[in-house]
Parts: sequence; structure tokens; C-alpha cells
Amino acid sequence: MSTFKRIIRFLLPYRLFVVAAPLLMVIEVITELLQPMLVQNIIDVGVANSDVSVVIHTGIWMVALAVAGMGVGIGGAVFAVKAATFMGADIRRALFRKIQTLSFGNLDKLETGQLVVRLTNDVTQVQEAVFYSIHIMIRGGMTLVGSVVMAFITNSSLAMIFFFLGPMIVIFLIFVINRTIKIFTGVQEQLDRLNTVIGENFTGIRLVKSFARTVYEKTKFGKINDDLTKQSINALKFGALPRPFMMLVMNMGIVCAIWFGGLKVNNSGMMLGQLIAFVNYLTQALMSIMMVGILLMRISRAAASAKRIDEVMETRSEIQDPFGPGIDLKPHGRLCFENVSFSYDSGRTPHRPVLKNINFIAEQGETVAVVGATGSGKTSLINLIPRFYDATKGRITLDGIDVRHLSIEALRKNIGIAMQNALLFSGTIRDNIRYGKPDASDDEVIAAARAARAHDFIVRLQKGYESVVGQRGVNLSGGQKQRIAIARAVLIDPAILILDDSTSAVDVKTESLIQQALAGIMAHRTCFIVAQRISTILNADRVVVIDNGMIAAEGTHDTLLNTSSLYRDIYDSQLKKEQIDHE
Amino acid sequence: MSSPKSADQKRPLFLEPGGRGREMFAGSAKAKNKRNTMTRLWGYLRPRGNKLVLIIFLAAASTGFELTGPYLMGVAIDKYIAPGNLNGLVIIACIMGLVYILGSGAVLLQSFVMVEVSQGTIRHLRKDLFDNLQSLSLRFFDQHSHGDLLSRFSNDVENISNVLNEGAVQFISGVLMLVGASIAMFLMNIKVALVTLSIIPFIFLVPKWIAVRTRKGYRLQQQSLGSLNGMIEETIAGEKVVKAYCRENDAIESFDKFNQDFRDNAVKAQTYMTVLGPLMGFFNNLNFAIVALAGGYLALTAGLTVGTIAVFLGYSRHIIRPISTIASMYNSIQSALAGAERVFEILDREPEIVDIPGAPPLKHIKGDVTFNKVTFAYEKTNPILKDISLHAAPGQTIALVGPTGAGKTTIVNLLARFYDIDSGSICIDGQRIDQIQKDSLRRQLGIVLQDTFLFSGTVMENIRYGRLEATDDEVFAAAELSGAGSFINRLPEGYHTRLAEKGGNLSHGQRQLISIARAILADPAILILDEATSSVDTRTEINIQTALLKLMAGKTSFVIAHRLSTIRNADKVIVVDNGEIVEQGTHDELLAQKGFYFKLYMSQFKGRSATGSKVSFLEPTAL
Repeated sequence: MSTFKRIIRFLLPYRLFVVAAPLLMVIEVITELLQPMLVQNIIDVGVANSDVSVVIHTGIWMVALAVAGMGVGIGGAVFAVKAATFMGADIRRALFRKIQTLSFGNLDKLETGQLVVRLTNDVTQVQEAVFYSIHIMIRGGMTLVGSVVMAFITNSSLAMIFFFLGPMIVIFLIFVINRTIKIFTGVQEQLDRLNTVIGENFTGIRLVKSFARTVYEKTKFGKINDDLTKQSINALKFGALPRPFMMLVMNMGIVCAIWFGGLKVNNSGMMLGQLIAFVNYLTQALMSIMMVGILLMRISRAAASAKRIDEVMETRSEIQDPFGPGIDLKPHGRLCFENVSFSYDSGRTPHRPVLKNINFIAEQGETVAVVGATGSGKTSLINLIPRFYDATKGRITLDGIDVRHLSIEALRKNIGIAMQNALLFSGTIRDNIRYGKPDASDDEVIAAARAARAHDFIVRLQKGYESVVGQRGVNLSGGQKQRIAIARAVLIDPAILILDDSTSAVDVKTESLIQQALAGIMAHRTCFIVAQRISTILNADRVVVIDNGMIAAEGTHDTLLNTSSLYRDIYDSQLKKEQIDHE
Repeated sequence: MSSPKSADQKRPLFLEPGGRGREMFAGSAKAKNKRNTMTRLWGYLRPRGNKLVLIIFLAAASTGFELTGPYLMGVAIDKYIAPGNLNGLVIIACIMGLVYILGSGAVLLQSFVMVEVSQGTIRHLRKDLFDNLQSLSLRFFDQHSHGDLLSRFSNDVENISNVLNEGAVQFISGVLMLVGASIAMFLMNIKVALVTLSIIPFIFLVPKWIAVRTRKGYRLQQQSLGSLNGMIEETIAGEKVVKAYCRENDAIESFDKFNQDFRDNAVKAQTYMTVLGPLMGFFNNLNFAIVALAGGYLALTAGLTVGTIAVFLGYSRHIIRPISTIASMYNSIQSALAGAERVFEILDREPEIVDIPGAPPLKHIKGDVTFNKVTFAYEKTNPILKDISLHAAPGQTIALVGPTGAGKTTIVNLLARFYDIDSGSICIDGQRIDQIQKDSLRRQLGIVLQDTFLFSGTVMENIRYGRLEATDDEVFAAAELSGAGSFINRLPEGYHTRLAEKGGNLSHGQRQLISIARAILADPAILILDEATSSVDTRTEINIQTALLKLMAGKTSFVIAHRLSTIRNADKVIVVDNGEIVEQGTHDELLAQKGFYFKLYMSQFKGRSATGSKVSFLEPTAL
């Protein structure tokens, strides 16, 4: 579906407004266009024939037209605002809904920052463009056409001036619009550079201060600031060209009209009032060209935005919900990886497999530790379980059923997952813990917090569980956030618990306390633990060693120490590191 | 507004209306102290006074030319066209053409000068803003969101720039036009002038009436937009969590509320704004009609010429336009003033940490560090460090250990004088650090953070950041010594490889090696190290350790230690808990004491074999 069609479809519910706004605008324009004609009537009929009643009647007509014009003008404006704003809200809504249906793979490609820009700026751009299109654009266009027509009606030979002025303005506008876009892109780039320097300065302020580099930073900023200023001055000067130029063209038109018109009045019996009316139409026509030109520039910018919105709308979720049964799914938790291969089809490195032929079984209630070097595929492996991504080949079964045949919601409701990057939402700590189960009781929240060893630090906070997390709220350390994320995962009472390096920022002592506290909870569930520290792994029923996307070894800690050289390497490297530290 | 409130309590995770958004926009809604802000803005414009005078002169000229045009048209009609003086017509047409050319020229020149004035002002403002920010202490940066600070550079400054650029010229020429046209009309015909101008008061009243409503609506719109954007940003950033916990529908539900709230407010605000157009159009047409009516009537009763009517018709258009332009600019002026206020807010910030007058620089030190009964609190109510006393002899390595939040990071922050202490004293080689130039103090310190920060730029530039005047060979040597040399040479463009923002194209370990090279190049007398805890692969880890040992050789070093070997090798271990030094001594001494350190140490080995497979000792700290 083309971008244009899609926008039209979003406007459909407001077709009444969309049709009414321009219609009213047409009426408004007509009332405006009649004014010079009536003036002509006053002069050529009233004044010329010394008929006061014609003057007064026509004058009253003019006032009446002005009032009518205002009425329909306001109506048109209100409709246009409504249509555009409602449509904007609808687009934003559709976009947000779409994003909610996208898979992790889609989200990776679209990038968070990009999505936010699309939802905010891009929608606003399109909304404004639609408003301009159905309001000012149509008004300007109508005025242009109307006044040209009226000018021809008033005096067709004098109206030939348009054939001379029109192309001049159009060519000039095309030139200016093209150049402007280029120049302003340059300014935007310079502005981005400035923002980068400022942003880096803020982030690295500790470094700047510790190296006492204030003067250096000021010089660096000063240079970019000067460059930006120079470029902006150039751009803005260029941008200042159209107004005086168009005015000049317009005024030259008036001069021509007076000159030729003056000759005509004397030679071919043109009326004076006609000449005055003609000058007025000329002014209106040229003004509206100027307006339309400037608007075209803005609307052309919105086209890029519309395309970016479209991109999201056209994205098909990589993960499809089978509409299968099983909302009341109560799995036992026996997970089976059967010949699973997986690759992120991210375009950069197409089809580079991240996981190759993974086969293993996690029995109900077992704790499986997944170990391996950074980038070996541990996180990718566990991300397949809740179907954050789908396996490229092979299948994963839960209690013997392919996870792709289960409803996504049912599946995910039975999986508690704590990721390494513990992301919390603004809100209270309590709400964050019960995020997966908003109706959880306070006791449940506290129990979950205790299991994650978070209770103690939470109650020490000034407002305890009511402490607000977020920009203006309490600042939690990385380890504290991770513990809350673990509590959040535990609270939903999942059949499968996944801890993906979720204690990396917690000290070893606390980590072992968390493990003790979680032991009871983990006993009845199938658990997956991704961890760097060997201590975490010691308690697992089974260890899966991943190397370069493949299972290199599998077994208990003790057997692996004897059978797998890779596992022993990983294990020894920690000791070795310690010994090197000693020297 | 009422419905989101109630739903709020049920599902507050998504709904914090008025949380971030409101705070973000609370300041920008309206300038609180308009007069003061304007005076200060004027202070920035005043140095460009000459150009401003030129602008006013040019504006007057262009207005004059613009008003002369219609007048000449009237003359042409009455004196030449009506009587049939065609030779004269050619001359007057040429004069008209010339006037219009001069008029356009004046407008163009005026815009050019204004661009220079506005951009010069903006440049000055941005420079002052940045310079002042650099003088502020870390506390300021801790307390302010970087996004908010950045938006003062971009949005707020941009708003001021826009108004200066377009607004100022239009305002000046608008006022001149109004005055000029009125004078011209009175000179030509008092009666028609009075009739034409009679409408002006109404024209002023209407935009004012609308502006008041618009302002309110606009503020509401911006507030709800801020809340909506805040909600979007947070949800999208946490989208994977939303999906993991199947909260998509709740997210949609709360989004809908914000979206609708914004939509309704936007419709209101925009409607008022848009209605201004037809209203001003009405006055335009009404005025046109009145002039035509009065002109026609007076032509018959008082001998007014047709040419005069034509001139008045032209003028009637000229006086309405500036008023409607100024009216439609009302909001941008408001937001520019609010922006200016936010900029001045930063400019008014006094640096907390300043050198005392005549403070001497710190030169060639041995590296003897003493903390004497140091007390410190970030916030008065919550003391972080209590009665800290410690001593490091030149060349010693001091390991700081203790649980998170114990105050280890604060101790080293105070040594660098990132914050000023509340009582006690910190001395280097016997000199109090608050009595010497802080830049000279920091030049003697090398700080290697675990959260390595690199600037966008080349590898060379990043290493040279440690000592700006270092030669290329010195940079190479530092890199080699740190062990970074080999991987840098393998980069596509070696030392001239450009790093992505925040060094994104390097691995964590590589970034750390570069930051160590940077510190080696700076060659400080005192080192502050925050040991990394994040897991990097073993080989890089060994490289980093080796590099750090080279860096520390012969220097007084403070290490926030996580590694047992570092602690064992330290000359002194300082155990911090809850803002106090609870124990100090060597590793073996402290173990023998069987106190806090012993407990901390033993807890690591609980349930493990005697050989000990421990990777990290104690917990990581975020500096």
C-alpha cells in the first residue's frame, strides 16, 4: 500500500471534516475574491455615475461578505484542525499497537530511539502536513486559481502579465526549495555534531575534570559553535532571499499593470475601477503562490516522515501467535531442544548461525547452568524458550509440545525471566515487582523480594516498597535493580525460571545468599541459569557448555571437570587469573 | 483529564502523568520573570547595537518604500491615467519600479544584518552556557538530567534564535508600517484615515482575547505532549520487558489515555490558533469594505479622487498584516522567553568548587596523601563519610574495600576535589587541597574508571587527552606500555581510526586499555583506580592487569579493589563500612584480627573448596 493511500485511509473516518473543510474554504475564498469586484462596482458604477445608493448597497454587500467569509472560514479551520489532529492521534495509536505486536527481532532492527522518533516527531510532521494540505494549501490554491480567473474576467489582455510572472516565480521557487533543503541538511549535521560534543562532555564530565581539560573542552566546543554559527548565517541568509524576491516580482507586476492598464484606460476604454480591481487580484494571486511555495517545502519534509511511519506499519512480526489453545496452560516444565539452529537475520551478517544443532533436555524441576565465553550464544539460547525469537531450524518443545504451537501469552505467563540488563519502569518498587502480576498481594510481593534478597534493602529505603524508581526517584545500584528484576520474575510463580546473568552486578556474598533463598523456589521448577561465576554453577543439576554456538559438553560439574577440557579451561582460567594477579 | 487519574491507581507502572513530562514542561510553559529575562537578553543584543540601529534604519526605509508604492499608484491613477498623460505615466511607472526595487533591497539587507545579529547573539549565549557549565561541580551534573541540560542547548536556544530571526524584524517593520501607514493616511485624507483606523482597536482586542486562550490551551497541550512522549519513551525502551510479561494490552490501554488526552488538548489549542486566520481575514475584508464604502461615499460628497481610494485600499491591507503577524507570533515569543529563562537559570549557577584567591599551583609532588578527620555529606541530612583519617606514604598502594555504598568512591572523589568536604582536611605533601589550584591538583592525579569513557574522535586523540602536548611518539610509547599498541595497530587505520560515539566500535577490554594508555601518558604522581568487575575474556583481563601494574609502579595509588590479588599486594588495606574506616592494615594483619574484614573474606569462601575458584572479591561499585 502506498504511503499516500495509507494516509487517506486514516483520514476516512473523518471524511466529513476532510470534505467540509476545503468546501468551506472555497466559500471563504469566493467571498474574498468578490471584494475587489465589488470595489470596481463602487468606482465604475457608483462613483462614475454619482449614484450614492449603489455605493452604499455595494458597501453593505462587502461587509456582509466579510462576515460570511469569517463564519465559513472559522468553520473550515475548526474542521481542518479536527481532521488532522484526530488522524494524527489515530496514526500514533495504530503505530503503537503495531509496535506491541512486533517481535524482539523486529525491535532489534527498528531500534528503540528510532521508534520513539517515529511515534512522536514523524507523526506530528504528517499531521501538520495534512492540516496544511486541507487548510492553507487548498485555501492558497483556491485563491490563486480564483484570483487568476477573476483577473482574466476583469481584463483578459492585461492578465497576460501572469504568463510572464508565473513561470519566473515557479522557477525561482524550485531553485530555492532545492537549495534550501541541501543547505539546511548541512546545518542539521553541524547541529548534530554540536550536540554530540555537548552530550559527550556531560557523560565524560568526570574525566574532563580529572584531567583538568576544561579549557580544551571549551576550545573544542567554541570551534564547533563558530562553525555552526557560520553555516547557520549562510543558510538563513539564503532563506531570507525568497520574501524580498517574491515581493519584487509581485510589485513589478503591479507596475506593469499600472503601465499597460493606464495605456488601456486611455486607448481601449478600460474602466479605472477595473484597473484597481485587477491590481488587487494580482496581489492576491502572487501572495498565494508564495504561501503555496513555502507550504510545499514543509509538506515535502513530511513525506520522509510518512515513509518512516510506513516502514513500521509494513513490518510483519517475525513471531506469529498460533491462536492455539492453552490459555490455562499449566506446564510441568520439561523442555527439549531438538536440533535447534538459530541466526539473527539482521542484514549485517546474513545467516551467520548463532546456534548450531543444539540438542538437550531439561527435565522437570532441573536446574540447568549454561556457561561459555562471551558471544558464544548463551543468551540467544535461552531467548528461544519464551519465543523472543523463533528457532531457524529444529524445534523446542515444552512438555512435548512445540512452543510455536502454544499461545504466546500462555507460554510467557509460565516463564519468569530476569535479564542481565535489569530494566525497571518508573513507578514504585512494589509495582515493579508485581509487574508480571498486577493483582499480586503485598505478601506475595514481599515473599518474592525476600527470595531475591531485595527485601532488606527495600525496607531500608525511606519509603520502602513505595519508593519511586526513575529519573526523580531513588537511584538504585545495578545490583539492586537486578535483585528487583529477579523478584519480578519469581513473583509470577512460573514453571520455568530463567536467570540470564542476572546477578552480574551483585557481590559474591549477596549472590550466594540469593541462591540460598531461591533454592526452595528453584527446587520445583525448571531453571536456566546463565552465569560467569563458577560459584553459581556449582549447585546446578546439569551444566551445558556452549562454545561458538554449539554444545561443547554437557553433564554435572564433577563429570565435566573430568571429561571436558573446555569446561576445565573455563574453570581453570578463573584460578589462573587469580594466580597472575598474585605476581 | 479525570479518567486517566482513576485508572492511574490501578496500573501505575505505565501511568505517571505529570511525572517526567510535566516536570519537563513546567519550566517551559511560561517565563516567570519576563521583564528580567528580557533585560538580560537585551544585554546580549547590546554589543551589536550598531547593527541593530542599521536594522531599524533599513526597516524604516523598506517600510517607507513599501508605503510609497501604493501612494505612487494613486498619483498615477489621478494625475496621469485619468487625465491621459501617457508620457508622465511611463515616468511614474519607472519611479514606482525603482521604489519597489529599493524596497526589496532594503528588506533583503535588513534580513541579512538580522541573521548576523541573531546568530551572533546565539553563538555568544551558547558559548557562555557551555563555559559556565564547565565551571560547575560534579554535584550539579549528578543532580540534573543530561537530557534536560542538552535540551537547553538545542530547544531553548533554538526558540530564542527563531524569534530573534523572524520575529524581531517582523515586529519592528510591523510597528513601523502601522505608524507609517497611519501618518500617510492622515496626510492624504483625515476623514478616510479616521474611518480606516477606527477598526484598529478591535483588531488588537481580538488577538489578545485569543492569545490568552491559546496560551492556556498551548500549555495544556505541551504538558500532555510531554507526558505522552515520556510514556512512549519509557515503554519502547522497556518493550522487551513488556513482552516478556505479556503486558502489551495494558501498555496500549494506558497509551490510549495519554494519546486521547493529548489529542483533546491539541484540538482545543490549535483551534484557537487557527481561528485567528479567518478572524484576521475578516478584519482585512471588513476594513477593505469600509474603505471602499467610505471612499466611494466621500468621492461623491466631498470630491475624493479615485486614486486616493486605490491608495487607501492598498494601505488597508498593509496595516492589518503586521498586526496579524505579531499576533500569530505570540506563542513563539512566549516560548522564547521561557527558553531564555531556562538558559539564564544555568548561567546564574555559581560554581561550588572554586580556587581561593591567589591559590598557588601544586608542583612536583612526592605523593604523600593524608585525610584528617574528614566528614562529608552529599545532602546535609545524610552523612556519607564520618571522621575519615588515613595516610598514604609516597609510592604506596592503598586498597579500599567494603560493601556497596560504604563510601569508597566518595573517598577518592574527595581526593580529586570533585566535592568539597564538610570538615577535616585532605593534604597532599602537607598542602591542603582546598588551598591550591584545583586544576593543578587534578593534573597530578590519574583516574582510571571502570566505566571507561572515550570521546568520539581518533584513537590518537583519545590517548592524547591525557597530555595534550604529547608527541606522536610519546602516544605510541604509552600505548605500547599499556599493551594497547598491538590491537590499535590492527585497527583499519591504526591510531587514526575514528571511534564511534562512546568508543562503541571497541570491546570493553580494548576501551579499558586505551584509558590506561591515556593515564600512562598523563604520568600522574597519584593514581586512582576503580577496578573493573565486568566479565571480559581471560586474555584481555590479564593484559589489563599487567598494564595496571606498570601504571602503578612508583606511584601512590588508591584502588577500589575487587580482586583478592590486588588487596594482598596492597601496602595497606582500608576497610570502609557505612562511611567509616572500620579497620586498616595489611591483608595478613587484618585476617589475623578476625574482625569485619575477616568476616567479609570468609563469606567469599563459604561452601567452596580450599583451592578457591573465586573470581571477584566483594562487589562491584559504580563510580
